[in-house]
Amino acid sequence: MKDRSASFVRRLLPFLAAGALVVYPLALPRFYSSLAIEIFIMALFALSFNLMFGYAGMLSFGHAVFYGIGAYTAALVLKHAAESMALAIACSMAVSFVAALVIGFICVRFTRTYFIMLTVAFGELVYVIGHRLVGVTGGDDGLVGIPIPQISLPGLPVIDLSNMRVYYYFSLVIVAAAAVVLRIIVKSRFGHVLRAIRDSQQRALFLGLNVRRHLLLCYALAGLFAGLAGALLVPFEGMVSLETLHFSTSGNPIIVSILGGTQFFLGPVVGAAIFILVKDTVQNVAEFWMLWMGIILVATVMFLPGGVVGFVARFKPFRSAAGIAKKEE
Amino acid sequence: MLLFLLASGLTLIFGVLRVINFAHGSLYMLGAYFTYSVAVFSGSYWVSLLAAPVFVACAAGLIERFFLRRLYVREHEFQLLLLYSFVLIIDDATKAFWGTSIRMVPKPAALTGSIEILGRAFPTYTLLIIGLGPLVALALFLALNGTKIGRQVVAASLDREAASAVGLNVPFLYSVVFVFGAWLSGVGGAVVAPLRGASPGMGMEIIIMSFAVVIVGGLGSIWGAFLGALLLGEVLAFGTLIVPNLIVLLPYAIMILIFLVRPQGLLGRGGG
Amino acid sequence: MAAILETRDLCLSFGKLRAVDSVSLSVEEGALTSVIGPNGAGKTTFFNLLSGHYRPDKGAVLLKGQDITGLPPYVLVKMGMGRSFQITNIFPELTVLLNVCVALTASTGKSYDCLHGLRSSARTVSEAVSIIESVGLGPYVDYKGSTLSHGDRKLLEFALVLAIKPSIMLLDEPTAGMNQEETNNTVRLVREISREKGITVILTEHDIDLVFSISDRIAVLNQGRLIALGTPGEIRSNEAVKKAYLGEDA
Repeated sequence: MKDRSASFVRRLLPFLAAGALVVYPLALPRFYSSLAIEIFIMALFALSFNLMFGYAGMLSFGHAVFYGIGAYTAALVLKHAAESMALAIACSMAVSFVAALVIGFICVRFTRTYFIMLTVAFGELVYVIGHRLVGVTGGDDGLVGIPIPQISLPGLPVIDLSNMRVYYYFSLVIVAAAAVVLRIIVKSRFGHVLRAIRDSQQRALFLGLNVRRHLLLCYALAGLFAGLAGALLVPFEGMVSLETLHFSTSGNPIIVSILGGTQFFLGPVVGAAIFILVKDTVQNVAEFWMLWMGIILVATVMFLPGGVVGFVARFKPFRSAAGIAKKEE
Repeated sequence: MLLFLLASGLTLIFGVLRVINFAHGSLYMLGAYFTYSVAVFSGSYWVSLLAAPVFVACAAGLIERFFLRRLYVREHEFQLLLLYSFVLIIDDATKAFWGTSIRMVPKPAALTGSIEILGRAFPTYTLLIIGLGPLVALALFLALNGTKIGRQVVAASLDREAASAVGLNVPFLYSVVFVFGAWLSGVGGAVVAPLRGASPGMGMEIIIMSFAVVIVGGLGSIWGAFLGALLLGEVLAFGTLIVPNLIVLLPYAIMILIFLVRPQGLLGRGGG
Repeated sequence: MAAILETRDLCLSFGKLRAVDSVSLSVEEGALTSVIGPNGAGKTTFFNLLSGHYRPDKGAVLLKGQDITGLPPYVLVKMGMGRSFQITNIFPELTVLLNVCVALTASTGKSYDCLHGLRSSARTVSEAVSIIESVGLGPYVDYKGSTLSHGDRKLLEFALVLAIKPSIMLLDEPTAGMNQEETNNTVRLVREISREKGITVILTEHDIDLVFSISDRIAVLNQGRLIALGTPGEIRSNEAVKKAYLGEDA
């Protein structure tokens, strides 16, 4: 009897969660939608990072480059080309992907410490270039006054993305779709090859795998999804600033993934929720939320190496729920 | 030469502990702020020059002893992440405690003014900073090769297990190196405080430059750090004359160039 | 029978140390050749030269008549070379089954496939299972690599090397750290690989009895030089070899 009710709950859980997600913005004031959108964007950014780190073992401290490039590309498209979200997103993903191929080509030839330093170097380089190209990026002021597009699909009412509640559903759909794609990638042959490379590059080489090329593809895909996250940021904030390219922004997906648990597919998602909630809570009371984030991170690194999801997965009743999130088959 | 103070500590810590101290810039910043507070409290710059680096060293000691040390057995990445977390903590705590405006520290009377060399006047203070570099390099060289503990440190950096097998207290040596590297950062902060004051962003500014110096010179090589600091200093100096707009790009461009051409740096050992 | 692997005057020095000194030998296809020698003789360095880890200062390595000197490991694998390592190299976070599936996927060139699951091809899975069973790890199919015992890990490494269908296998101290039962198991496997599957095997070992019992030919290195090459019988009576091992019962 116990088994049947446990599995019943387990199968019901995703439906309950989906239901909650759908009802959420309707039941709560607009502010909560805005909060949720922040979580979705951060979750996607972190998921893209974790593809590199959790699965392939590449710790990049310069991932904001692609997030920022995605954001600026989308903004420029919306401002100067056409008020089409589809075009903006497509361009963002394409440009970030190419940028990631170029930067990644140099970076993946190195491992560990050198890789990390190189990603930092590129991060700073792009930030400084962005700062200088005032004509393109608006420099310190950033790009403002970006028209927020509407989506008109035949047969459906016009979708006004400037409406926070509408944008909630829009970003939820995009992020969920991206997550599904990432999950497919992660479960694929390529995904397992990445995990093998992470375990032992030498053994992977000795199976005939061109390790560098695989890592490059992983890096580029991570850049692509980060670019998508950046693109989603634009209609949400109505502007883009250099902060999206800053070193501290690169740190965010790292913090988020560690918090949630890098060895679990949905770890970064959980981490994003915690991160944004803590940030918001602390910011209302005090100014220095990074301090608390740092403390939480220290605690996580020291005592919860598997992140929150890893910790929760230790308890049997949650194992089934974590099973949905768990990476290992 | 300020860069050298930081770069040498960074490269020393990497050479022995095999970890890039992300928190190095923050410790430097703490050095500057401690200098400010001690100077205000005691009224003397010299006292703060002595005391501030010691405070920084203590802070670093606590970090190493109670946090970093526990992570040596774990994967490399965790140590880096821990140090990064402390960057967040230190940077924000500094803002909370000292506020966000720049804290100026008055130059000690003895060091204001300028000295004439070959007919041109050089600010005394700047000369001192420049002179400090080779002095510290020499001192480090002598310490590592001449003193017993210096040689133990070198041994531990070459092979941790062999060192502990022959009876060296490796955890202690690691602490010594980390604390000493932090002390050097603190000195850097104390020295720069009268020149540029203590500001919240100074840690971030200098850390990435320091990375560039260390990479160019070669991770783990102190003379490399010296050379790298010299080189980068010269490049920046000339750069201001020739391409003032792009000067900010130069350190990173050089860093990437070095990776492409000679990843182990000028004097480093081992590759990527 | 043709020589499948040949080295010509292979030299490598680390600074002043001549790790491998003018080693020329050829290995026949399908033969089982052991490389032995006292500690520090240069066996592992020699292996590393064969498998593309090091670039020799002088000399050449030829595989099936083609010059492979200095080619990176993953190219050599595609040419049919497989290698096991002294310190066992498997994928500890993956299960035994996934380990072998990855190896099979790598050899079929589908490693960039982002759409299909690793176990989506039933053929791949059944092939993986049969390889796993052939090395004797059948009951451990779903165990994570990190949970295996030392001996079982070496067996998994065997499975991985077999999965890429090599024509020549380099085994670096395959029985190191094994107990008697595991050693017997490994010997049986190696014999099977060599005799039944016809794969050329080159191995290095410290266990001299083992070497004498399974090898077709034995190469003896000392201080980087090849001092003897021949059948077990020839080596047993070789004076230079006895001197090199000084005090060891050959």
